[in-house]
Amino acid sequence: MTRQLTIIDGPLAYNPPASPRPGHGTRIAEANPQQFMLRTPETPESSPRRRLLMAGALVTGIWPAALRAQFRVEITGVGGTQLPIGVTRFRDEDKSGQSISGIVRADLERSGAFRVVDSAGEFDENSRPAFPEWRGRGADALVSGSAARLADGRFDVRYKLWDVVRGQDLGGQALAVVTADLRLAAHRIADAVYEKLTGDKGVFSTRIAYVTRVANRYTLRVTDADGEGGQVALNSTQPIISPAWSPDGKSLAYVSFESGKAVVWSQDVSTGERRAIANFRGSNSAPAWSPDGRTLAVTLSREGGSQIYLMDAGGNNVRRITQSSAIDTEPVFTSDGKLIYFVSDRGGSPQIYRVASSGGNPERVTFAGNYNISPALSPDSRMLAYVARNGNEFKITTMDISSGNVRTVSDTVDDESPSFAPNGKLIIYATRSQGRDVLMTTTLDGRIRTRLLSSGIDVREPIWGPFGR
Amino acid sequence: MTTLRITLSAAVLGAVLAGCGSSVKLDEAAPVVDARPNPNTGAASGARPGAAGQSGVTTVDVGKGSDLAASNLGRVVYFDFDSYVLRDEYKPLVESHARALSAAKSKKIVIEGHTDERGGREYNLALGQRRAEAVAKSMMLLGATDGQIEAVSYGKERPANEGHDEAAWAKNRRAELKDR
Repeated sequence: MTRQLTIIDGPLAYNPPASPRPGHGTRIAEANPQQFMLRTPETPESSPRRRLLMAGALVTGIWPAALRAQFRVEITGVGGTQLPIGVTRFRDEDKSGQSISGIVRADLERSGAFRVVDSAGEFDENSRPAFPEWRGRGADALVSGSAARLADGRFDVRYKLWDVVRGQDLGGQALAVVTADLRLAAHRIADAVYEKLTGDKGVFSTRIAYVTRVANRYTLRVTDADGEGGQVALNSTQPIISPAWSPDGKSLAYVSFESGKAVVWSQDVSTGERRAIANFRGSNSAPAWSPDGRTLAVTLSREGGSQIYLMDAGGNNVRRITQSSAIDTEPVFTSDGKLIYFVSDRGGSPQIYRVASSGGNPERVTFAGNYNISPALSPDSRMLAYVARNGNEFKITTMDISSGNVRTVSDTVDDESPSFAPNGKLIIYATRSQGRDVLMTTTLDGRIRTRLLSSGIDVREPIWGPFGR
Repeated sequence: MTTLRITLSAAVLGAVLAGCGSSVKLDEAAPVVDARPNPNTGAASGARPGAAGQSGVTTVDVGKGSDLAASNLGRVVYFDFDSYVLRDEYKPLVESHARALSAAKSKKIVIEGHTDERGGREYNLALGQRRAEAVAKSMMLLGATDGQIEAVSYGKERPANEGHDEAAWAKNRRAELKDR
């Protein structure tokens, strides 16, 4: 491989913006090196020089992808346990057209579990890193790799992960992908690194869907979990709400008002094939998939009032499962499919209830406050996230279902539509900031929040897709 | 360096243009049910570097819906906060529409319920539905028949006033009566 194409991260390579964002400086200053997981006893102190180096790595390593993207991730909080990691530029990644190492760095930082140290240097998965030097930079782990164009036009993307503290090779992988999947390959590498070092499955290669609005143009979009690589699933001049991923990640159900009222549609994301699956008299809304993907719960007003019904995924075999004169809506299945959590105002104010998916007597779940809506369940169905109103503030709140303990996890006041990441470690939600609808992610304890920055458009109705695609 | 960047940009632009060409663009007259996707997209495999890969998404465009809002002066009923009770001042309006429906059984209307922006989209959709159904029930008591009226809701999705204060919210808590 030719050496002259190997470009060390620098201003010329990526043309970063002139002035650093204040958020990054704050973030670095608050990092706490005492609590890193792999840290050896002889912890180097965070000197001003080291901070400067880290700032350089952030500027050159994270912004380039951001500049090209519709969305940018801005980390607004800092957690206590972040693992310092080096991620060097991958050999020949310039030739692939994607900053693979930049995507890996941004993913790891956004998870809140990692801090990227000065990563200047050039080598690949076959190199033997100079571990003392990397220990000197404060790294506990190190990732490098390469991107080579194959004869058939695909790229062979490889990486290796090292434990810098022990000087150990922690393994690697080779992924042969088409150009359109280079971002996906980078996310898969970040997932592998995350899983190896934290023990939890990563969600960087998953997808999210959300709705944007510009004037009277509504767009249902599908993007990588970092909000980038966006593709359009549906354009409409009428509102689109309540997207829901099928468990296999292949379809989106959603509510579109294109026919002059709320109708539930199901669309194959890859082919664009779509069908109106609930188009009864009155309003049809709030689709939720059963875990096996065979059944949808929806809210219909076809018999008067808003009540919850089940139907098969094609829209047939419709049966009513709630029987009240109140509003019953926003159904969501537990991961075993046996229960449905939903919102009802049968007690005089909207609260979250649960009922057997075969029907029966509902049981009330939320008791504090007089407005608790939009339930979302963690993948293991042990945690509930919902929107709680307190005065004029609507806030994302979590409840440990077995203990009933609740916790407010957002610092914003117009929150909507929480949705768990498939590893259960993050919640994505919509809120308002500076007069715009924006999306945020938060860890379950609310300590690390990131904002998906949009360029002046309203973004709402996020839903996190499943593992795999 | 500059040359390399330009080359990469051109490659990216090419990929973007190729992507546009494979998107589904339905013209405005296309039916909204069972929209046809482009059969050339979605075959998400193959070794071509420009292929959609595992990340392919096909775009569907749906056409402009009819916007009747401008023609509805004098056909709007407003509600108090957190209420779906028909206020006395709107009873004459509702009665006149009910009489018209009663006199012409072939006539049909849609009642659209709306809410202000506070709170969740789905719960507001249900609240708007409740308002529309309250108006529909009043009209049926006055001689209109069930088959002549469809009550639907836009929830908070279509505010009449885009403001964020009580004056705007009062204009948005409404039901609109529309001929069909």
